[in-house]
Amino acid sequence: MNGDFAALLLTLRLAAVSTALLLLLATPLAWWLARTRSRWKAPIEAIAALPLVLPPTVIGFYLLLALGPQGPLGSLWGALGGGPLVFTFSGLVIGSVLYSLPFVLQPIQAGFEQLGRAPLDAAATLGAGPIDRFFSVALPQTRRAFLAGAVLGFAHTLGEFGVVLMIGGNIPGTTRVVSIAIYDHVESLDYAAAHRLAGILLVISFAVLLLVFVTNRRRAAP
Amino acid sequence: MSGELEARVALAQGSFRLDVAMQAPGAGVTAVVGPSGSGKSTLLRCLAGLEPHAQGRIQLGDELWLDTQNGVCVPPHRRGAAVVFQDAAPFSHLSVRANLEYGLRRCPASRRRISFDDATSALRLAPLLERRPPGLSGGERQRVAIARALLAGPRLLLLDEPLASLDPAARAEILELLRALFARTPMPVLYVTHARSEAVHLADHVVVLNDGRVRASGPLHQMLLRTDAPFGEPAEIGSVIDAEVIAIDERDGIAELRFAGGVLFVSGRLQIGERRRIEILARDVSLSLEAPSRTSILNVLPARVEAVYDAESLQPLIRVDLSGTALLARVSRRSLRVLELREGVRVFVQVKAVAVIP
Repeated sequence: MNGDFAALLLTLRLAAVSTALLLLLATPLAWWLARTRSRWKAPIEAIAALPLVLPPTVIGFYLLLALGPQGPLGSLWGALGGGPLVFTFSGLVIGSVLYSLPFVLQPIQAGFEQLGRAPLDAAATLGAGPIDRFFSVALPQTRRAFLAGAVLGFAHTLGEFGVVLMIGGNIPGTTRVVSIAIYDHVESLDYAAAHRLAGILLVISFAVLLLVFVTNRRRAAP
Repeated sequence: MSGELEARVALAQGSFRLDVAMQAPGAGVTAVVGPSGSGKSTLLRCLAGLEPHAQGRIQLGDELWLDTQNGVCVPPHRRGAAVVFQDAAPFSHLSVRANLEYGLRRCPASRRRISFDDATSALRLAPLLERRPPGLSGGERQRVAIARALLAGPRLLLLDEPLASLDPAARAEILELLRALFARTPMPVLYVTHARSEAVHLADHVVVLNDGRVRASGPLHQMLLRTDAPFGEPAEIGSVIDAEVIAIDERDGIAELRFAGGVLFVSGRLQIGERRRIEILARDVSLSLEAPSRTSILNVLPARVEAVYDAESLQPLIRVDLSGTALLARVSRRSLRVLELREGVRVFVQVKAVAVIP
């Protein structure tokens, strides 16, 4: 039971950290994709959408190779004085960010595309500079897209399994997340414990999604 | 505060090419007219700095906004050229009040043109201040956008067909508000429209665009007198005269208006002291060699023929001078021949209809 609680806390922490990082990463990328006419747009969109179609184990496998002590990223990180990345919480965060990127990127990009140029042009001629325009017009007018992206990213990270298994393993308190713990319980035929964790995850996911839909409804009303 | 606008702008967009050289006075309304697709809105976007690929040179007074040869391109938020777009949606996430404050908060004190209260009363926004834009009518949204632009303290106010998507009643209301506003608060305004009537209402100066180029430009009254009708239909050629109401005859419902070339009688509800713009179309003016007596036409004025245009056409145009004010008269070719009308002949002008521009 104590181990399950630790797994739950770890999962929530992982989802929160990954979602925060994803918002920071996806926002500028979405902004660029929504407004660019560069010929790099399509290839970059395709790469960013890969996690939607690839089995998580494939992503996990490549990440394991790249982040390992001999891998290109792992050795670079080590040379810069960083600790190991595989089988650590940091490694899990990197994996989650990659894995959940399209779920955060795509709603935000769609939000920026729907926003269009007109309100930003109007704000510019009223004296608002680029950063001012982003925070005073673009962000408030696309807040629903941001909410949707954040929630999808958070919920998707909660349920992650394959990537974690490949690069995180199953270290209690460090990389043992809820989905892994449930798998363990089922393996050892402890269905009661599996039920308990699965139920908690179900309730959390439902509560988060309900919150989003209720908030959206209220905002849509005049 | 502002000076004359001098712009030379080129921009290629697909197969369309804008190549415009124009000037606009440092105060008053310059109408940019022309058929749709002639580049009016693109020109306006270039002036505002919203087209990053625009080439050329733009200067307002002593401020240089664009000089691509010398690598100068001031970004839109530093130009102080506020734009009101055709579908100028106020920011939907802000109340009307917050929309108005958006420009106001970003306006340097030295450039302030109008106070918050003056702007809200001039555009009749007081009852709407706490409303949200999605609940506003088209006319209300446009009034919010105009007030928001004014409160940003623009050096140059740019209006891009602001009334095109409104119903006639809302259009007439806003035209009247704009006329009063520009009369009270002088500022350089560029007003893009394809509606001749809006230009005649508001403008002092006209730039006519066609296919991305300037076809003609000059003061409004001169442009209307041009017999090649650079804007509007040939049937709408005429004169626009600014006049002052000096007397009212309540019994007959007639007002007496004085202008530089004499006095005109006009029916309609006017007030003494009011300054109004009146329009006289060439087709409503006839000429006579002797003073007509016992005529139903109220306005008969002595004049002198200045020029005859299109003498060979079925309906030549004659320009007459009333001590400094020009009028155009559309006559038949036969009248031209029988009356022997030519430069210098003294005539009497009979004006069949005078339109007071609301």
